[in-house]
Amino acid sequence: MGPAGDPVEAVFREERGRLLALLAARFGDLDLAEEVTAEALLAAVETWPRSGVPREPLAWLATTARRKALDRIRRDATLATKLATLHADADPARQTEPVPEHEHIPDDRLQLMFACCHPALDLDTQTGLTLRYIAGLSTAEIAQAFLVPPATMAQRLTRGKRKIQQSRIPFRVPGRRELEGRLGLVLHVLYLIFTEGYAATGHHDLVRCDLVDEAIRLARILHRLMPGEPRVTGLLALMLLTDARRQARVDDHGFAVSLEDQDRGRWDTSMIDEGARLTTQALRHHPPSSWSVQAAIAALHDEAPSAQETDWHQVRLLYDELFALTPTPVVALNRAIAISWHEGPQAGLDHLEALAGEPGLTRQHHWHAARGHALARLGRHTAAAEAYRRASELAQTPAEIAYLSSRAEENTTPG
Amino acid sequence: MLLIMGFRTGEGMPPPPSSGAPSAEEFMQYQHELGQAGVHVDSGLLQSFEDATQVQVNDAGERLVTNGPFAESREYLGGYQIIDVPDLDAALDWAARCPGAKYGRVEVRPLAEF
Repeated sequence: MGPAGDPVEAVFREERGRLLALLAARFGDLDLAEEVTAEALLAAVETWPRSGVPREPLAWLATTARRKALDRIRRDATLATKLATLHADADPARQTEPVPEHEHIPDDRLQLMFACCHPALDLDTQTGLTLRYIAGLSTAEIAQAFLVPPATMAQRLTRGKRKIQQSRIPFRVPGRRELEGRLGLVLHVLYLIFTEGYAATGHHDLVRCDLVDEAIRLARILHRLMPGEPRVTGLLALMLLTDARRQARVDDHGFAVSLEDQDRGRWDTSMIDEGARLTTQALRHHPPSSWSVQAAIAALHDEAPSAQETDWHQVRLLYDELFALTPTPVVALNRAIAISWHEGPQAGLDHLEALAGEPGLTRQHHWHAARGHALARLGRHTAAAEAYRRASELAQTPAEIAYLSSRAEENTTPG
Repeated sequence: MLLIMGFRTGEGMPPPPSSGAPSAEEFMQYQHELGQAGVHVDSGLLQSFEDATQVQVNDAGERLVTNGPFAESREYLGGYQIIDVPDLDAALDWAARCPGAKYGRVEVRPLAEF
């Protein structure tokens, strides 16, 4: 996103989030932080092509932005009063000394992440603000990725920013007592960004697919800032182990390929290795989080040479554990699929039929597709074709519709 | 920051964690803690909504006074606390300690600045 290959642009993309977080935490004012970040970046665009990119670009940008902020505070008495009431560290006397270029620049993005994902904001706003301010995406890019008009997204971001300001959401990592719940919100937002992008990987919709990369980038940042937090490790592992299959998920004709039929040679082994290593790390903590359990399931799939040779017994046990942690219909569905592989299609079908009263499941294609699969393995092709047809009617992406229709077709003319 | 203590039983709202009403001792204790921490600015408890009187003024400047609460009213203000704290998280900490949060809910809002 943005002209590739431009060195100044590349630095900006990486450093913009850090710079913004640094200034927001320092001055307690997101508007001011945004404005002076933009000014500092503009100054860099004007200076760097002539003088070269400085050895410590972030230090250069931070110094420039801080000076610009202090200039503004001196010029603008109202702003100074406002910042004083915010208890911000804005005492000009303390900050006139020149900042050495080799100073250690703290990474305040964690603080900004917790502010963007504050429970006082709704989920859509949390997601938008995180992509805007931590990932550094433009408003237009976020709007496109979430399929809403740019004006709607701009309004959502403006409202969110205003609420942070007006209700004084602090740029701070919550204390130990609150951290458990607050970190859960941050992880939820990152995973939502990931699944938004992942669902689109069959669409040939490149902007939306970039959300997967953004989510992984954000999870890596969070992991770097909270290395001892097993839930973060588990989430990053889950993302890597899932995205490792990206190349094999869609065939050359744009058809979705089920896990069973994927060409496992196209899976990204370095991502699998890293994900598996992180999963092991995350699972050392007891009790495991639902993220770690999901990562462990993904790792079992990724390390198996084929669907048949997957350790389905282990997968099933992990789904039992996941269901105990998060007893949702979707987890129950996945557990039924694992049972179908482990104990046989009839046992799987029994578990699937037991979920027939879950409207959340029967309105989506996954449950019908799983039924079709079990029925086909039992040789009940007419019923299987029926289930696959229903699934194809409910599927959303062209790749899935194409795959499910072809399955329905296959079962209509067995042989 | 303004803490508003209210009682709400609207549909789709989670029921209050405890039934009944906070005791005077609980409020005295909370008031004492706010004072000790030096964040207390002002506070007040309101009489029951059954003792409320409504007034409206129309375009002609005439008063319309009605007694009693609105029949459909599902929430009402039970009292308020004005506290001086640096940010929302600090306000939420105090709101969570307020006895009203156990029996109803507490709304946190910044005071508007002029």
